[in-house]
Amino acid sequence: MGKVSVVPFGPQHPVLPEPIHLDLVLEDEKVIEAVPSIGFVHRGLESLIVKKDYNEMVYVAERTCGICSFGHGMGYVEAVEKIMNVEIPARARYLRTIWMELSRMHSHLLWLGLLADAFGYESLFYHCWRIREQVLDMIEESTGGRVIFSVNKVGGVMKDIDAQMLGRFVEKLGDVEEQICAIRKNFLGDRTVQMRLCGVGVLTKKQAHDLGCAGPFGRASGIATDMRIRGYGAYADLDFEPIIRTDGDSYARCACRIDELLQSIDLIRQAAAKIPAGDLSVPVKGNPDGEYFMRIEQPRGEAVYYVKGSGKPYLNRLRIRTPTFANLAGLCETLKGADYADVPILVLTIDPCISCTER
Amino acid sequence: MVKCPENELIKIEKGELLSKCMELKKSGLRFSQACAAFYEGNYELSYSFADDQTYEYKTLRLTAGLKEEIPSVTDIIPTAVFYENEMAEMYGVKINMISLDYKNRLYRITEEAPLLPKEAKEAKEEKSAAQGSEAGKEEA
Amino acid sequence: MGKVKKSPWVLHYDGSSCNGCDIEVLACMTPVYDAERFGIINTGDPLQADIFLITGGINTQNQAVVRQLYDQMPRPKVVVAVGTCACTGGIFKECYNILGGADTTLPVDIYVPGCAARPQAIIDGLVQAIELFQKRSNKHDAIERRHKEEEGKKAHGKVSGE
Repeated sequence: MGKVSVVPFGPQHPVLPEPIHLDLVLEDEKVIEAVPSIGFVHRGLESLIVKKDYNEMVYVAERTCGICSFGHGMGYVEAVEKIMNVEIPARARYLRTIWMELSRMHSHLLWLGLLADAFGYESLFYHCWRIREQVLDMIEESTGGRVIFSVNKVGGVMKDIDAQMLGRFVEKLGDVEEQICAIRKNFLGDRTVQMRLCGVGVLTKKQAHDLGCAGPFGRASGIATDMRIRGYGAYADLDFEPIIRTDGDSYARCACRIDELLQSIDLIRQAAAKIPAGDLSVPVKGNPDGEYFMRIEQPRGEAVYYVKGSGKPYLNRLRIRTPTFANLAGLCETLKGADYADVPILVLTIDPCISCTER
Repeated sequence: MVKCPENELIKIEKGELLSKCMELKKSGLRFSQACAAFYEGNYELSYSFADDQTYEYKTLRLTAGLKEEIPSVTDIIPTAVFYENEMAEMYGVKINMISLDYKNRLYRITEEAPLLPKEAKEAKEEKSAAQGSEAGKEEA
Repeated sequence: MGKVKKSPWVLHYDGSSCNGCDIEVLACMTPVYDAERFGIINTGDPLQADIFLITGGINTQNQAVVRQLYDQMPRPKVVVAVGTCACTGGIFKECYNILGGADTTLPVDIYVPGCAARPQAIIDGLVQAIELFQKRSNKHDAIERRHKEEEGKKAHGKVSGE
């Protein structure tokens, strides 16, 4: 048995854009245990329900996280709409779906870039982010914002994408698709990348299920769950299958996310072909009375929005359970037995979003 | 293709919590989340389980008094560690025997039970003070 | 931007931001906005950094971390607060865990507004930071030169005295 030592990882670390702290218990070069401590980004935004009414809370929910901002807003308003029995117009449902998929694309491209940076491919990092900028341009053109674009409201959406603009987006997505296929080759076909990712941090299907892993992290281990199948937004009208890999290693997680990028492009195309004309929102009267657990598929996995109201403009409880919070346990498990040098890559492969986690 | 069954809410008593969790876990459900809320003078604790094939969502709902002690489910569901620590820190719920107890230092908030409304906090303190004095009398 | 003699390095730390500003800061460094053309580079090491770029407000836990990072940086240094949260606390100002903007803990020199701050605004802030850094650096150099001269005189005086 080698010497046991404890190495602190973070909160400020070159590979992490966000602060998280891990205490790594090492035996020689092997990690035997990892204890996370969080709270560096904790703001306590759930406490704002006593100061802001349920309409204003949309903006707070959107600022849970800047990367999956649109999804948080969407999950929250869908939960409130469910409680208030508001049926939103079909066009609004489609628009939400399109923006959601654009957000997923920008989030996954961002993650791919960070991953490339973590294993030392700096130009690949820049390349991924260049592709991401094209997606952000589309978001900016249609909403006016780049990362936090507040187009959701209870009862519908606030902005429209006209047919001409949508056609242009679909055309541009063809370009983006080609570029993604090109980097797909770099990520999945390169031997150096495979050496860093294959067989690193394996999580079996059973482990992933027991640990409650969500999203691409769980799907890479073979858990075929995708909240989009629940048919919120316009997903009920679109044709898709969850993307699953069975190896459960870092390579599978990377492959899963790249394939989801292409799936998102396909979903936007389908939505653009089917989008009906009509209103953008319906007027909403009254206050939410009741409770609901809304589950949506964020770029990082299943997110749960628990909203409870008691007939007053101020909600009784808003609880956002984000995918990274669910994946923390899975991360600690994958770190056990890993090489110390692989820790940054393993932390990245769950696609950590710390400000989501800590709210 | 769309699978969207209604969420199910199962009201349970404190004594049933562990056995119900065991039952749902044995039936192959994935532990999805747990959270606390404060409603009309009591804690409302929710433990949610998700079915990945049928997309059913079952939530166990436990209503508990402010001073009640809740058993931890971490022996059955190890992942509940973070959720239970969060409940304890945000709402001051007393949870016994969490497998990895951060002792209210998960988020390291200086304020105690920040999400609990002021009145509830006062009520809680009064109760504990009353109990403390009673205990003192008994000792005397 | 005037004549710049040095290439300051930037240290980026996420206070308690929602990530929106962080990814915009990173986007600034990537090819489309390319802030690196001004001679700066993003580093992870506070000991080599000259400009401290902070996003998000300060909370009770990260206060010590932020202060330590600032102290580890060599003089002269410039602090840039990016985003509304880092300027004032923003939408989270009323939250129980937020103490306020970055200026509750650090002497902030440049404030970049926006929620999330746009890359153009961040680049503008950075350019001002580079200029300010140059000014402080000149001052710092002048003081150091004077010290050296004085020391040289003293040493010289001693030699001649003997």
